[in-house]
Amino acid sequence: MIQGFLDYITDPANWSGAEGISNRIAQHLGYTFLSLLIAAVIAFPVGLLIGHTRRGAFIAINTANAWRALPTLGLLTLVVLLIGIGKVPVIIALVVLGIPPILASTYAGVSGVDRATIDAARGMGMTGREILTKVEIPIALPLIISGLRSATLQIVSTATVAAYVALGGLGRYVIDGLSLRDFPQMLTGAVLVAVLAILLDLCFAAIGRYAVSAGLTGRLRRNTDTKTSTAPAPAGV
Amino acid sequence: MTWIGDNTGLIWTQLGQHIYLSLIPMVLGLVISVPLGYVATRFSWLANPLVALGGVLYSLPSIALFIVLPAIIGTKVLSQANIIIALTIYAVSLLIRNVIDGLRSVPEDVLQAAVSVGYGTLRRVVTIDLPIAVPVIFTGLRVVTVANISMVSVGAIIGVGGLGQLFTLGFQQDFLTPIVVGVVLSLALALIADISLVGLQRLLTPWARAVVPVKEVVR
Repeated sequence: MIQGFLDYITDPANWSGAEGISNRIAQHLGYTFLSLLIAAVIAFPVGLLIGHTRRGAFIAINTANAWRALPTLGLLTLVVLLIGIGKVPVIIALVVLGIPPILASTYAGVSGVDRATIDAARGMGMTGREILTKVEIPIALPLIISGLRSATLQIVSTATVAAYVALGGLGRYVIDGLSLRDFPQMLTGAVLVAVLAILLDLCFAAIGRYAVSAGLTGRLRRNTDTKTSTAPAPAGV
Repeated sequence: MTWIGDNTGLIWTQLGQHIYLSLIPMVLGLVISVPLGYVATRFSWLANPLVALGGVLYSLPSIALFIVLPAIIGTKVLSQANIIIALTIYAVSLLIRNVIDGLRSVPEDVLQAAVSVGYGTLRRVVTIDLPIAVPVIFTGLRVVTVANISMVSVGAIIGVGGLGQLFTLGFQQDFLTPIVVGVVLSLALALIADISLVGLQRLLTPWARAVVPVKEVVR
């Protein structure tokens, strides 16, 4: 079985063309980023609003809980039967699955900011908008990124399942391989999706590491300590 | 509506399959992750690699795992064992973190008090450490259970998926009713399982009713 898979994946003929592996990976990433972008554009502002005003938390928490219980295959088949076969209904389903984790984590991050920090910012004369963009969002960033990460993994996974309702991408190998009883082809799709998910996961870990303020992670604390304690006097003085 | 009346047998069968396909992995996950988590707290260098490995495994798409497993462990591609093992892997990879966090949340003075009144290791872990860790472990267990119930359906693509088979049936026949029935039953099952776990947690931690509940971990 594994030999068949290795033969399939190392055969250059399987990599080129519209149904080749390269194109399927590009399609899969395309669906993922498009759905993630739309989901973020919808969920991020709502999460910020709920978190900043601390109103409507009930909605944010419950959508996130209900989201986990929603069977993705049921949602996909339902949307496709209601709207029709095509890329648009599937993207809609992927967006629906991407919204709750982004919304919930943005809300949790922003509303979890220490009240004393916000009071201090207000005391310095910051407006509501400044508090949101300069204090709340930077502090909430680790959680926001982890929400984006959950949404991405959910979308990558569901986009694979979506091949069942006639979407392209890596899921095609799984579904087509299954109907042809071509196990090496199925395994190729499954392994590539798994690798893609792990790589995207690592990307978000890297983004989290470099985008989050050093003041929060403590990443540069030792450096700043030594700088403040042993900083030489400015040259010109 | 007539479809539901004509197919109650099918619906019950799939619901039954759905229940055991999601509950067996939850129980197995708990049975594996509790001892594993205990070992990781004893040999603390194990904890971080285990949690990291869990994170990687949990990020794998379920359909991929359902298909890769037969290649690794030699089961048949269309076997229920694949679903059960895959969901058990998800359960362990998520629970291991909660078990470790839960066991670490046991206060040091409580441990010392237990040892000094003569508790052996096994008795201490079972009667003191685990009960104190219950709220943290159950937070993970609730996530695992609800996620499993929704993930079982994906198995329908490879022919074993409980209520998921109502989705493939409805899709192939271009017929909404089975899909709606499947989604509603799946959501209801998740809700009932979640409420049962909350109830079970209350039974297991009678002392917690007097104090503020443990803050839920946001994932």
